[in-house]
This record gives sequence, structure tokens and C-alpha cells, in this order.
Amino acid sequence: MPQLAGVPAIELVAIDKSFGSVHAVRGVSLAIDKGAITGIVGENGAGKSTLMSILYGLYRADSGEIRVDGQSVHMESPRDAIAHGIGMVHQHFMLIDTFTVLENLVLGAEGGPMLAGGMAAARTELERLEREYGLSVDPDARIADLSVGEQQRVEILKVLYRGARILILDEPSAVLTPQETDQLFRILATLKERGVSVVLITHKLREIMAATDRVYVMRQGQVVADRRTQDTDPEALAELMVGRKVRLHLDKTSTRRGEVVLEAAHLSLVDGRGVRLLDDVSLTLRAGEIVGVAGVSGNGQTELLQVLAGIRPPTSGTLTVRGRVIQTGHPSDPGEMRDLSLAHVPEDRLRQGMVAAFRASETAILGYHDEPPFTRNYILNAPAVGAHCASLMEQFDVRPRLPGLRSASFSGGNQQKLVLAREMARRPKVLLVGQPTRGVDIGAIEFIHRELIKSRDAGCGVLVVSVELEEILSLADRILVMFAGKIVGEVDAGQADERMLGLMMAGAKPARSEVEGVA
Amino acid sequence: MRAPRRPLPAWADVALLPLVNIALAFVIVGIIVRLIGVDPFHALRLLVVGALGSSESIGYTLYYTTNFIFTGLAVAVAFHGGLFNIGGEGQAYLGGLGCGLAMLAFDRYLPAPILIPLGIAAAALFGAAWAAVPAWLQAWRGSHIVITTIMFNFVASALMVYLMVNVLIAPGSMTPQSRNFTAAAKIPAMHDVLAAVGIQVAPSALNLSIVLALLCCVGVWIFLWHTSWGYALRTMGHNPDAAVYAGTNLKTMTMLAMCLSGALAGFVGVNELMGVHQRIVLDFPAGYGFAGIAVALMGRSHPLGIVLAALLFGALQQGGAELAFDIPLITREMVVVIQGLVILFSGALAHLPRPWLQLLLSRRVS
Repeated sequence: MPQLAGVPAIELVAIDKSFGSVHAVRGVSLAIDKGAITGIVGENGAGKSTLMSILYGLYRADSGEIRVDGQSVHMESPRDAIAHGIGMVHQHFMLIDTFTVLENLVLGAEGGPMLAGGMAAARTELERLEREYGLSVDPDARIADLSVGEQQRVEILKVLYRGARILILDEPSAVLTPQETDQLFRILATLKERGVSVVLITHKLREIMAATDRVYVMRQGQVVADRRTQDTDPEALAELMVGRKVRLHLDKTSTRRGEVVLEAAHLSLVDGRGVRLLDDVSLTLRAGEIVGVAGVSGNGQTELLQVLAGIRPPTSGTLTVRGRVIQTGHPSDPGEMRDLSLAHVPEDRLRQGMVAAFRASETAILGYHDEPPFTRNYILNAPAVGAHCASLMEQFDVRPRLPGLRSASFSGGNQQKLVLAREMARRPKVLLVGQPTRGVDIGAIEFIHRELIKSRDAGCGVLVVSVELEEILSLADRILVMFAGKIVGEVDAGQADERMLGLMMAGAKPARSEVEGVA
Repeated sequence: MRAPRRPLPAWADVALLPLVNIALAFVIVGIIVRLIGVDPFHALRLLVVGALGSSESIGYTLYYTTNFIFTGLAVAVAFHGGLFNIGGEGQAYLGGLGCGLAMLAFDRYLPAPILIPLGIAAAALFGAAWAAVPAWLQAWRGSHIVITTIMFNFVASALMVYLMVNVLIAPGSMTPQSRNFTAAAKIPAMHDVLAAVGIQVAPSALNLSIVLALLCCVGVWIFLWHTSWGYALRTMGHNPDAAVYAGTNLKTMTMLAMCLSGALAGFVGVNELMGVHQRIVLDFPAGYGFAGIAVALMGRSHPLGIVLAALLFGALQQGGAELAFDIPLITREMVVVIQGLVILFSGALAHLPRPWLQLLLSRRVS
């Protein structure tokens, strides 16, 4: 453990927290140094946010101790955290758009029933804070008129106004442009100089390297490493984040690539605010191969799947699925894609892939519900639906084998197997799979991987999007890496290793860019 | 540490909780009745006898029940699609206008077997059309359906007053009513139908519309749980993202759900105008559209539950009227208070006793 001088601002000792059967944080101990910027890095679901919610009093730990300035404290609510000088800037801003900066600042700290006195005092204090920390914001501007970066500054001021000496920022750059992120880091540096301790939670390695003094790496609810930032590098952190377990050995023969079944050319997707979610993405998928899309979560993979599955039309570019050309002027919908023999296992099965309140048998026909044998002349054939579900459960070993049970009552792994079974039942020619094993136990992971390989061997073109590098490496024949909405690299699976992919995923260097240029 | 509360078993959720809610409402009602100086048990007896004591009172109870079934189903169908249709009142009003216009136009030319189905179809069409506008506004323009359907109730009310006073009023009449329909437009009264098969019951407003209501229950049940459209509708209600993923067009599905809902509400016009009034009158929806929300909530948006809840509301309506008649201290307004309390406890406060029941039941289990 690297030692920095003095008593740490915060010490977490053996913090443990479970949600039902999910062990989210496992015996985590870490120290936040005074007047320094501490990074906590890890993949989604590694337990970073849960840990910080415990520190901020939003959740209570099952066991463990929190020490502020060496004193053991109890965090019952955010009120306690604020009283101990801990402030949190949330990923989603907690501001009232129609109020001014000053009004937002005093919200919850009005200092009496009449506003006038409190507001005047707040104005003086705000001016002092702005001077001291170099955070310039017009106190009388309406929040709605401010840029996102400025809104974030207001959030920081809100926290400082409440006397915070320890500032927690949860994925602060998620909503910022790169320039705004750089500005934020300059602000954080000033805060550090003035003695504020900062905790930066992120999954972006670039930010850790650029802003922090010390970094903790979390994986599966545990702290797996504690490094001085200057002593480490993105490659090492990427390895630690992903874990360097041996890749699962799959009995995988070499591919027999067939004809092109899906081809994307210069696909772009721009959202309502003008953010480029997909930036000139081109890729081809052939029958009988598995293409893996690697990348840190939030770099356009979700949107890529949505566009390929026909859920969102691309802003520009063309998509060709088994001969059918899809572009802005000629959009498609998920139903038509299914008719083209394209199946899609969505990234977020609970939100998209199933209806939690439905019986398993009903979830098992989602998307195919208006096709025979499930529906004839608009009437659902209940026996056929039940029998179909029972047979899927048998083939994919879904437990318990109860087609009448509510979908939500199955474990994550069994839900995922049911969704996969549904999508693979029609022997699709194109299979898009998002996060095939997210929240799935080890036994089911192997099973799911084997089924995907089987599908490939049967001549299906499979596109797997996953944030698990290991999974990509063991499944894919060809690997594409996405960063900031772009495909930044393409590697043959035989030549890929985690270190190299991790670098590309972090956007550190767009190595060996051999993106297929498809006209 | 508090023991974690386990969720209620299904039977308690479906049967016990509504009964506890009604019981709570009646306890409060009893206290209020006591305060104004009436013996609550005497009042309760009068209420029950007034609702179920004779074939006439049962007939009226079932006649009110018919309306509550229509509006309850209307709310439930929209609700399964995740849409909160507060516009049953206006849709019922327009449904009445639709069947009324059909009657005024054709009752002199068509025989009953053609005229009555025509009136039913017209009621459905007008009710659906009145619901289609808010549906369209939500699906394509993003206006919230709760707001627009509420506003459409007022528009419907104003429109009907205008039409009745200026256009449809019978020549020479002093009251805003249309001319009477001919006998061909009358949906047979239940006491006449029963008399024809040799069963004598006292005359009441109950007519064969209740058969239509029960058919609608079966139809809604088949539609929601046994057709691919109903499947898509429920998917949209539970999880719109999954519905999009499944290839469902949310816009058309919103239109479908609201049109069906409006058509069901429109059938109130059939029961009222073709079954009873025999002409177009003002204010016949009389709150059935709003009460339908409580009926649907209490009936858990399931046709069977809706029939039971509608029976309760029908009995309250009829028994309450008798109560006000027999005990001068209990005014018409008092009866509205009683109904309001039942709605409050079974709708807005429906989940109030849940934690206590959970505690009670989990204790008994352990």
C-alpha cells in the first residue's frame, strides 16, 4: 500500500453490502487522502457506486466501519454525511431548471422561513466560494440557460456551500464533452490546492490518469488494487479492471465464413442534443462467424445494437441485412428485422428483452407473438404457447421448468437463457447478442457460450457486444473495438490479447487500425 | 431489526384487501352517520334492503351495475396499455349522442333487429372517436392523455348542452330533450323479457343492455389475454421498451387501446337512452365515467373483478337512494359522501391496509 502523509480524510474499513442474493460490496477497505484526488475505477457493476452510496448515507452497510478524520461515524442519511463535510455530485444533476443559480444553492438550506435574509447571506457566501475556488457562475442565471458544464459547476458549488471538505463525483464526465471534462479537471485541481479531498468515480482510464493522485481498482465488489497514479499506466489498470483470469476454454473449431449477412456502411447516429452516439461505423458480418464488439460500456455499443436491430433508424449511412437496404429514408422496425431472420438478444433483458410481470410462456413469444403457431386469426393459441415455452426450457435447461411462473421470478441466468432460447429457436441467419452473460452465474455462462458457438457452426452470423474482454476473447473470431462511437480497431481473435484490446478500449492509441472500408 | 415483510398471497391480494377496504370505508361512514344522529346499523340495514330487498330494487341495482361495468371495462382496457383514461364521462356522453342520432335518423324506417345493433354500433363509434382525439394527441404530439381526456369531458358536456338547446331539442319543447324515439328503438326491459317466459318481476329500469355488458366482459377478457393484439397491448402497458423491441408500433397501439376504451364507455349511452329514457337527454352519464376508475381499480382491471366491483357500486347507488328516501336526516349529498368514501378507500387508499395485513399474515405463517 502506498502511504501518503497524515490521517486520511475518510477511511472505509471492511465494508460489506448485499442486496438480496447479490453481494455488491465485499469487505472493501480504502482510504481517501486529505487534499488529494482519489480515483475509484472499475467496470459497471463492480460496486463503485454502491460503495459511494454507503459513504454518502444513501445505503447502510451490512458490516464495516466508516472513519472521518480518524473518528468512527455512523451514516444514517445524506444529512449525516453532509454534517461530516462529505458532499456528492451525482451523475444526473439534482437542479431545478426554472430556478436561478442562487435559488438552487439555498434549496434545503434556506436558513429560515423568510427568504430575503438567507438569500443575501448566500450571495455573499457564493461570491466568496467563486473567488476562492475560481468557479465563475452568474448567481442570477437560470439553470435552464446554462451549459451542462456550468450546471455541473453549480452542483459543485452547492456541495461546497454546505461546507463539504470531501467531494465525491460519480461519473462526472458522462454528460460532458471532452473540453468540458478538461475544464472540470482544472476545477478539481484548484479544489485540491485549496485542501478539498476529491473522490472521482469513473470507468474511464484516461480520466484516472489525467486527474488523480491515487487510484483504487474495483472488480466484482472488491478492491483488487491500490496504486499511485504516477506509478501505473492505463494498460496495467485495464488488466486489473477486467481481471486476468485464464480465458474459458471453449471447444471451438476454426470458422467457415460464408456470405455476408449483415453489412453496415458509414452508420452515424446523432441524438436530439447533437451528440454523436455512433460515428461513421462500418462493419461486415458473415455467415458462420462470431464478431465480438469490445469496448468500455457507454461508447456506442448500445446504440449500435439498437440501429442494427431496427429499433432506431440511423441518422446517416446504410445498413444491409440479407439484401434489404436500410437507411434514413427507408427505415426498418424490429418486426421486419425478425422477418429477415435477424434475431436480437438485447443488452438489458429486464428493460427490453422481457416483460417482468408476464408469465414465462408469454415472455417466450415476445416479438413472435403474432406469428403461427402462437397466433392464428389473431387468437393466441395458449396450448401452443405453453408447449413452445416448455420445449425451450428443456433445450436450454431453464429452471424451474414452469412456463406459468412470472418471468421476474426466475434468476438472471435463467431469464437470459429463456431470452436466448427464444431468439435462437427460429434458427436465425443473423444473431445480435448484447452482454450475453451479464448478471449470469458461471455455470450458465459456459452453457450460453457453447450455444452461441453451436449457432455459429450452424451457419449463423453472430455479433456479440460485451464489456467482458474475456468473453469477447473466448467467443469471437474477429474483434472490433469501439471507443467514443467509433470503431477504433479490428483484430483477428488469434492475434488479440487483453492488454492490446484494453489499450484500444481506453482510447489510448488507435493501434493497428484496419477497419474495413466498405463503400 | 424489523422482520422483512413478505408480499401478500394472491388470495389476500385479490379478495381480502378489497373487503378490508370496504369494511374500513363503512366504519368511517358509520361514525359519520352516528354523528348526525342516525343509528348506523339501522342505516346499513336500510341500505342493504334498499339495494337487494325486492325484485324491483335488485332490478335497479343491476341497471346501475350495467353502467359501472361499461365504464369500469373502459378504464381497465386503457390501463392494461399503460394509459389512464379519465375521459369515460365524456366518451359515455358522446356514445349516447351517437346512438341517439342513429335513432332519430332511422327509428321510423328500420325494424328493431336492425335498429338496435345500429344504435349500439353508433354508440361505440362515437365513444371511440371521442377517445381517439386525446389518443392521437398523446401518440403523435406528446400531450398527456390524463389532461386531454379530462378536458374532453368538459368539451363533451358543453357540446351536448349546445346541441340539445339549439339543434336536437324537440319542436315546441321547453326542456332540452330530443323527441321520443319510436318503440322500435327500445331495448327490451328485463321485466318484459322475463314476463314473456313466465317469470313475474316488478318493473325496473333494468334492460337487456346488461347482456351486452356481460358480453363485453367476455370480449375484453378474450381480447386482452387471448389475442395477439391484447398481448401487444399488455406488453406496452407493462414495458414500452420491450414492446418496441418486439416490433409493436406504440402509436397505433395507443390508438387501439383508447378507441376500445372509448367504445366501451360509449355503451353507457345505449343503456341509458335506448334502454330507459327513449330520447336524448342531458347529464345522463351522471358520474359513471369517473366511478368507472374506482370500479376498475377495485376490480384489479380484470373483467370478473369489475363485475363484482360494479355490483357493489350499483348496490350503493340504489341502496343509497332508498336510504335518502327513508331517513330524512341522510340527504342525497350524504349518500354521495358514502359513495365517495368507498371510492376513496378502494381507490386512492387501496394499499393502506396492506402493511398491516402483511404483518398479520406473516405472523400467522411463522
